[in-house]
Amino acid sequence: MPTCVVWPIQQVGEKTIGMDSVGVLPLDVAGTIIVLWLVLGLLGLALQRSSHLITNVIFPAGAIASLALAATGLWALGERVSYAILPMGLPDLPLHLRLDPLSAFFLILLGGASFGVSLFSAGYFKSMQGKTLGLLCLEYHLFLAGMSLVLLADDAYMFMVAWETMALSSYFLVTTDHKIPDIRKAGYLYLLIAHVGAIAILLSFGVMQGGHGIGAYTFAAMRESNLSTFWSSVVFLLALFGFGAKAGLLPLHVWLPEAHPAAPSPVSALMSGIMLKTAIYGILRVTFDLLNVQQWWWGVLALALGLITAVYGVMFAAVQGDMKRLLAYSSIENIGLLMVGIGLAIIFHVYGKDALAALSLTAMLYHSLNHAFFKSLLFIGTGSILHATGERSMGRMGGLIRHMPWVAVLMLVGVLSISGLPPFNGFVSEWLLLQAFLLSPGLPNSYINMLIPVAAAVIALAAALAAYVMVKFYGIIFLGQLRGEAREQPHDAGIWERIGLGWLALVCVLLGLAPVLVVHQLDLVTQVLVGRGLGNAASGWLFLAPVDTVRASYSPVYFLLALLVVTLVTALVVRHYYHGRLRRGPAWDCGYPAQNSRMQDTAEGFGQPIRRIFEPFFRIERELPSAFDTHPRYHGRSDDRLWFALYLPIKSITEKLSSWASLLQHGRIHLYLTYTFVTLIVLLAFV
Amino acid sequence: MMGTEQSLGVVFQIYQSLLVVLLAPLLTGWVNQCRAWLQNRSGPGLLQPYRALRKLFHKDAVIAYNASLLFRSTPYILFACMWLAAAIIPIIAVDLPFSPAADVIALVGVFALARVFISLAAMDIGTAFGSLGARREMLVSFLAEPALLMVFFTASMISHSTQLPRIVEALAHHQFILFPSLAFAGLAFVIVLLAENARIPVDNPSTHLELTMIHEAMILEYSARHLALVEWASSLKLFAYISIGIALFFPYGIADVGNWGALPVAIVALLAKLVLAGAALAFLEALLAKMRIFRAPEFLGTAFLLAVLGLLIHFLLGA
Repeated sequence: MPTCVVWPIQQVGEKTIGMDSVGVLPLDVAGTIIVLWLVLGLLGLALQRSSHLITNVIFPAGAIASLALAATGLWALGERVSYAILPMGLPDLPLHLRLDPLSAFFLILLGGASFGVSLFSAGYFKSMQGKTLGLLCLEYHLFLAGMSLVLLADDAYMFMVAWETMALSSYFLVTTDHKIPDIRKAGYLYLLIAHVGAIAILLSFGVMQGGHGIGAYTFAAMRESNLSTFWSSVVFLLALFGFGAKAGLLPLHVWLPEAHPAAPSPVSALMSGIMLKTAIYGILRVTFDLLNVQQWWWGVLALALGLITAVYGVMFAAVQGDMKRLLAYSSIENIGLLMVGIGLAIIFHVYGKDALAALSLTAMLYHSLNHAFFKSLLFIGTGSILHATGERSMGRMGGLIRHMPWVAVLMLVGVLSISGLPPFNGFVSEWLLLQAFLLSPGLPNSYINMLIPVAAAVIALAAALAAYVMVKFYGIIFLGQLRGEAREQPHDAGIWERIGLGWLALVCVLLGLAPVLVVHQLDLVTQVLVGRGLGNAASGWLFLAPVDTVRASYSPVYFLLALLVVTLVTALVVRHYYHGRLRRGPAWDCGYPAQNSRMQDTAEGFGQPIRRIFEPFFRIERELPSAFDTHPRYHGRSDDRLWFALYLPIKSITEKLSSWASLLQHGRIHLYLTYTFVTLIVLLAFV
Repeated sequence: MMGTEQSLGVVFQIYQSLLVVLLAPLLTGWVNQCRAWLQNRSGPGLLQPYRALRKLFHKDAVIAYNASLLFRSTPYILFACMWLAAAIIPIIAVDLPFSPAADVIALVGVFALARVFISLAAMDIGTAFGSLGARREMLVSFLAEPALLMVFFTASMISHSTQLPRIVEALAHHQFILFPSLAFAGLAFVIVLLAENARIPVDNPSTHLELTMIHEAMILEYSARHLALVEWASSLKLFAYISIGIALFFPYGIADVGNWGALPVAIVALLAKLVLAGAALAFLEALLAKMRIFRAPEFLGTAFLLAVLGLLIHFLLGA
């Protein structure tokens, strides 16, 4: 029997029994934190004159609230499900909140990642002043509150209100620099796709509600509505479309590479690291919780879409020259990987292999957590770089490791993590996902059996390409020599920024080293979704073994220890038996004397092999200098073919339709009255 | 009971790791010697790599003015990664105490870790060749790595485990059956081995012709002890790859844990296999010509497809 607390005023009967005996519940704390965020945001708006108060007090306070939220989530994972009903909302539909392990997991993700981002923001937004900063502070905390409410909502109305709060506040955050036309355009595209998605989500709730009156809009009622297979599929497809638009699933991904670079870096970090995960949460909630039955082809659809999205994202990431666009495409890739995990889980769950479903869900949830941390780390890192150099284009960077050692070292952790290298966290989730693939044979459907090894191969390809992208990202920005003309000396990040970066990097390392502890907590979530956890076949926390130790095991701690010991022993032996003499000289480069920084690979140059191999997928514009140009200029652009093949036709169709509609529009009142009259007559004919 | 077995395992582990580190340059020397013979030269002798290493260790290191700490620490990390790889692969004995810490996926991860570090180090100085080499290395590996993973997957499907010792055990104690899936995987593996170890036809280990090199371009800026470690790590990598090949496709004769009696046989068998494999590698290189860099993705794409085909065949035939 779940416990219920009505917060702050009780309203319903039955469920309130036993309320007195419980005391404070996780949900109360989470609610308090959300209110605190709103208060902080309003305070920021009120205090816009004293900008140092906003950056030095309000953002750190918000960060502490984030950490508290993460702790609450951790607490709620082990607790019973808690409910609350707020005395506001629609007449017959008060706002319902509910905190179960699934929500708790995503609250941990939100709190943990936003803690680092908010601390970073305390330093990052120092350059802003006045009303801009005050508004930004409000929108920022409203965004955090909106995302938390999405995770806690327990009825469709509450969910949509929270969802829209999240979408609108992030729209205003994206358009912080609204004086630049490109940023307004990016914001508009984001808003448009977010709302097309929101309509689909609303429709899917509508189908689940099934015309049973407004009370049936609670999630509890939806769980009871036994939909037919057809209507379940409709719900799933609508949800996949709606949440996919928010997550950046192909072909609804186009807003990501526009909106992420436009937004201030901490906002990009929140959007990419956390907001995309709320969409993943939505898909999980609808598919595994609200719907009672699943179909195997849903899984295949999610798997296929995920694979295409992953490869497409990483391919485009490889050819980008703008560092934040590169990261945005990399987020698309990671969302693809998450969808693959969901798809696999659906397939296994349908065929009754719940252990495998739990394994794929664990891998997928683990990867969500990892992605939240390393992508936030990389995005806020680009913020420091942006402040230091004033550039977003990697083609004008280089050698920053010598000027910004802190940012360089901390971002190296992020780069190694996202590349899926052991012993960092990205490797753990990749390992778990590949184990799920390896354990999968024996499904009754032979077509799916054939699909699975191909899918595993595509995942491996995407992971290897991700390493390519990240070597490019790190190498071009931090290594080599400064490209282009030097402005003033780039400066390293300030203290708040370092703490923020450091926290995220630390969590990346810890998630990589202690996967067993994390997987134990994830078991509580998969229990809710597919009815069983993974457990750990190996004893102790050192060895991760999802099935049994004979089958597969991995111990990052031993791995790291061995690596460190061997590295140190080698260094000591070399130093002891030989010598440590070292001289500095000019670079050798095959003895070529006249080197300059323009001879290094540019961002375009590093991506060129990928562009060449996958040429059919890109729409390439090139401007090549002739051999006799005295000032040779090279210009290249690789665009998304989907934009031209899908979006522009839709746009022109929409424009055409609206121009037809405008035929009815003459701006004369008597004409409109006539329309109304005719409509009434027509309707009367039906009555 | 567990105590003695485990301590024996540790002894095996240390013994094997040291043996591999010391033997790896010899294998490189052997391959070079065979190549020299095939090219009608007399060759520098088997011990040449050791002499080169000694010479390099004694020299003073020279690095560029702007080299960062990443550049200086990479040779050690590289060497440690390759050593770790050699510690995971069952070379003379099956059950090694370290192997549960890292399975085949982690092994691929170790190689990737080393590759990312050397590529980053190559870009650190900011020379034309360094970044060119890094780009080409990543180009070669983004197809080679998934192909290698698929080869391992085929073997894991057969043995129901991703632990290398279990795979080797399962394959070694099988009767002489040619798995059709493994045949495809073997072909793919040979291509991956050639590409990942900078051999002809993808790269040429003995060239310094600027425009064709990959691996050599990345390590141009290294000298003295750093270069020695990088070269040693390359030898170890070649040794590790050939050992993987032996472990997956010809595991017969390997010693089980605690079986001291089988150890001499295992060592003799290993040496014989290494000699044959080295000669075969040299022969293969003598037959092939270096290909243009943009033919390399097609070549590796073939390996990737072959490996996936192997996996599919396993699903179809169950073998």
